[in-house]
Amino acid sequence: MAPRAEDPARAEVLARIRAALGAGTRDAGEIPRAYRTGAGLGTEELIGLLTERLNDYGTAVRRCPDGGVAGAVRAALAERGARRVVVPAGLALDVAAPDGVTFLADDNLSPDALDAADGVITTAALAIAETGTIILDAGPGQGRRAVSLVPDYHLCVLHAGQIVAIVPEALGRLDPRRPCTWISGPSATSDIELDRVQGVHGPRTLEVILVGA
Amino acid sequence: MSTFLGMPYAPRGVGHLRGEQPFPVAARAALADTQLRRNLGRATTTIRAKRAAVVAELPDWEELRAAGEAIKRHTLAHLDRYLEQLEDQVTARGGTVHWARDANEANRIVTGLVRGTGATEVVKVKSIVTDEIGLNEALAGAGITAHETDLAELIVQLGHDRPSHILVPAIHLGRAEIREIFLREMGDVDPGLTDAPAALAEAARLHLRRRFLSARVGISGANFAVAETGTLCVVESEGNGRMCLTLPGTLITVMGIEKVIPSWRDLEVFLQLLPRSSTGERMNPYTSMWTGVTPGDGPQRFHLVLLDNGRTAALADPAGRQALHCIRCSACLNVCPVYERTGGHAYGSVYPGPIGAVLSPQLTGVADNASLPYASSLCGACYDACPVRIDIPSLLVHLRARHVEEAARARRVPSAEAVAMAAASWVMASPARYAAAQRAGRAGRALGRGGRIRRLPPPLSAWTAARDAPAPPAQTFREWWRRERGDTDGTAG
Amino acid sequence: MRIALFVTCLVDGLFPQVGQATVRLLERLGHEVTFPGAQTCCGQMHTNTGYLRGALPLVRRYADVFEDCELVVVPSGSCTGSVRHQHAMVARRFGDEALARRAEAVAARTYELSELLVDVLGVEDVGAYYPHRVTYHPTCHSLRLLRAGDRPLRLLRKVAGIDLVELPDAEVCCGFGGTFAIKNGAVSTAMLADKMRSVLATGAEMCTAGDSSCLMHIGGGLSRLNAGTATVHLAEILAATQDSP
Repeated sequence: MAPRAEDPARAEVLARIRAALGAGTRDAGEIPRAYRTGAGLGTEELIGLLTERLNDYGTAVRRCPDGGVAGAVRAALAERGARRVVVPAGLALDVAAPDGVTFLADDNLSPDALDAADGVITTAALAIAETGTIILDAGPGQGRRAVSLVPDYHLCVLHAGQIVAIVPEALGRLDPRRPCTWISGPSATSDIELDRVQGVHGPRTLEVILVGA
Repeated sequence: MSTFLGMPYAPRGVGHLRGEQPFPVAARAALADTQLRRNLGRATTTIRAKRAAVVAELPDWEELRAAGEAIKRHTLAHLDRYLEQLEDQVTARGGTVHWARDANEANRIVTGLVRGTGATEVVKVKSIVTDEIGLNEALAGAGITAHETDLAELIVQLGHDRPSHILVPAIHLGRAEIREIFLREMGDVDPGLTDAPAALAEAARLHLRRRFLSARVGISGANFAVAETGTLCVVESEGNGRMCLTLPGTLITVMGIEKVIPSWRDLEVFLQLLPRSSTGERMNPYTSMWTGVTPGDGPQRFHLVLLDNGRTAALADPAGRQALHCIRCSACLNVCPVYERTGGHAYGSVYPGPIGAVLSPQLTGVADNASLPYASSLCGACYDACPVRIDIPSLLVHLRARHVEEAARARRVPSAEAVAMAAASWVMASPARYAAAQRAGRAGRALGRGGRIRRLPPPLSAWTAARDAPAPPAQTFREWWRRERGDTDGTAG
Repeated sequence: MRIALFVTCLVDGLFPQVGQATVRLLERLGHEVTFPGAQTCCGQMHTNTGYLRGALPLVRRYADVFEDCELVVVPSGSCTGSVRHQHAMVARRFGDEALARRAEAVAARTYELSELLVDVLGVEDVGAYYPHRVTYHPTCHSLRLLRAGDRPLRLLRKVAGIDLVELPDAEVCCGFGGTFAIKNGAVSTAMLADKMRSVLATGAEMCTAGDSSCLMHIGGGLSRLNAGTATVHLAEILAATQDSP
């Protein structure tokens, strides 16, 4: 591939664009941003709305007080019957693996090794209540993208203070350079006769532990 | 004509932007397909209701539409600058940007990149733009197998078929047909497979899982590319996107140049407009965003292929270029009474329905898709549904005008229609000639029985094939007025 | 008030009773109706089929004939839509900015019948009597281009003796679409079939609308099927009284 400055395709496409737009003024007018940028909801309302929306997607939500995370995680894993669970670096989970459960550190586990695990625990960057969305941005405790994708069970630990109300509030809090995954319920398809089927390629079970709620 | 104001169209002989039959012919056959009519009718009715419900929830939907339209208009007005900025940002973060003037060049670039990895298989996320350029065929010609991983695209691929809808490409197939396709074409499938959608989805999951976990090269499209930060965004439901974007060592993303948006903040508009308009959900299950290469996370080699393929020709038409605002939600397809009855194949292009009728002819040149701008009753439902307010009805009229003007320039002898239209215009430009024509038309009264005419000669026979026509009355309105009220003011016939 | 009538070529030539009803109605409401005889056609057939050059003289004629009128009434949503949303565009396409401005000025004084009655004359009860079961089809131009909303329904609801039934899937296009009915006759017929199904499901004796073009299409289909339901223009219903039904 030719270096950028000498790439004839690049030069031609840009030349075509300039010719297409013509010599005149390029003014396209102001961009009106009269849509909502905030929703003024209190913490309790945010918790309630997020929980309702997650439940709509078939995502179970466990609520626990600050300091109750360990217990909630143990209960969730026991209920699930998960035995080999991936734990990303920086999760700071102050809980020893329950009996019969092995926590696997993500030492660059291969896709097959991830597939062999029963599940993964992560934190999140933030959540959007209106759309029931959880956002992971590869920060501490979230892991690289593959670890929250391949295992069939994803347990996400979220703090009440991480919930925002609407989409515009989320973008300002995220670093665009970090790889980001927005999760709104487990995977689904409506491709067959528009009949919605849940659980295709992503984790088929998503559970949320909501802390401080 | 092979260019529009010097901007070349998408070339013939490659890709899927042109149909084999004009729309009226293809439509007639599709109308008789009872399964298509049932499936499509049910599907579009269902999605329409879902979309209406989630749109009604938002108090600021119209404000979001206005912002979306303005952002797109602004972006196109500075498209060169934003593409250069996007390239800088992606490159700074370890990605490589390639430019493709047309489908052939894009196919060559992608094929070369795949060959460079030594891989003979790739996994693909649904990408209409790769269907547009015929990428799978080009790769196959180079001995590389492209495995579609989107369930509907997988069904279409295994069935040796073509997609019929932007969002749900296999909507023309029923569950029984899909089951048969899987039994026939999926080597590892359970012979006891039922046709319950959940069972079919599970079969697809198992079939594809192996591929995902061992794939070395992934190919995707992109919903949005942020110039400010170099971030790409893919919106999906099944998780196959995340698989293809995360697990392979090399990722190649093909993107139409019109998909760039100026800033990170602009995503707040489109990530609200798109899910509600396309699947009728508050948010789609998975949205992935990435910038270049992140060490230790995801593909370590990232290539972005920027595609023209007729887009600059569309850009060169100040009235037509708003078709490039499209965010591929398919809301217009789902409200279109024509699309609902004919399906996507009848349009002959990977972009069907209302948006297809205004985008495909601009990418290929109107002459190569001359019947598409007329595949509409101009009802305007699409304009109401479009999340970025593309005025499709006006665009359709504009393209009809371009077609007539280009045809007039290209022919030595005017068509019969053009002659008739010119005659009608001449007659109606003068009240005296007009009134005379009305008197002459009264002869048609003789064709009527009880005020109805059952058969008219071509081309009006298309009318009387299904409807009675009114017989001309004994006197026209202006004759009545003159008789009752005395002379009309101004020059009367 | 003094109201000029743009009767439209379709009504003039094929459905004069609609024009007569419009005159009768407005005169009954105490207004003076004029009919400038030099009028011909709004040109939408040419415009919508791509023959904009053929539409240009018709755009000019409309401005010539009506620009000195205080108010223009049109018993057609599609013709009003063409005047309001297409005339200036046609003029500009051929570089005639002066004509475009004239077109915009006269369009601002041009009203579809239900718009005129409700918005300008401020009346909903026009003193009509029409003792029949009727269903109303909101034509696409009226619904989406003019945004006429429920004005026609508000007028119909005040008609004495009327049995007004709601039309299922009312907002779906009937399939006329001008030359679409000829160029894509098969699809047009398919759409017509569904519209007729909706009309017949109401058990109405008459289907009404503010556009003779759609009524010609729906009525032509019903007539071919000998369905026993016919079409009538909104103006004809509003003009009907006990003494002159």
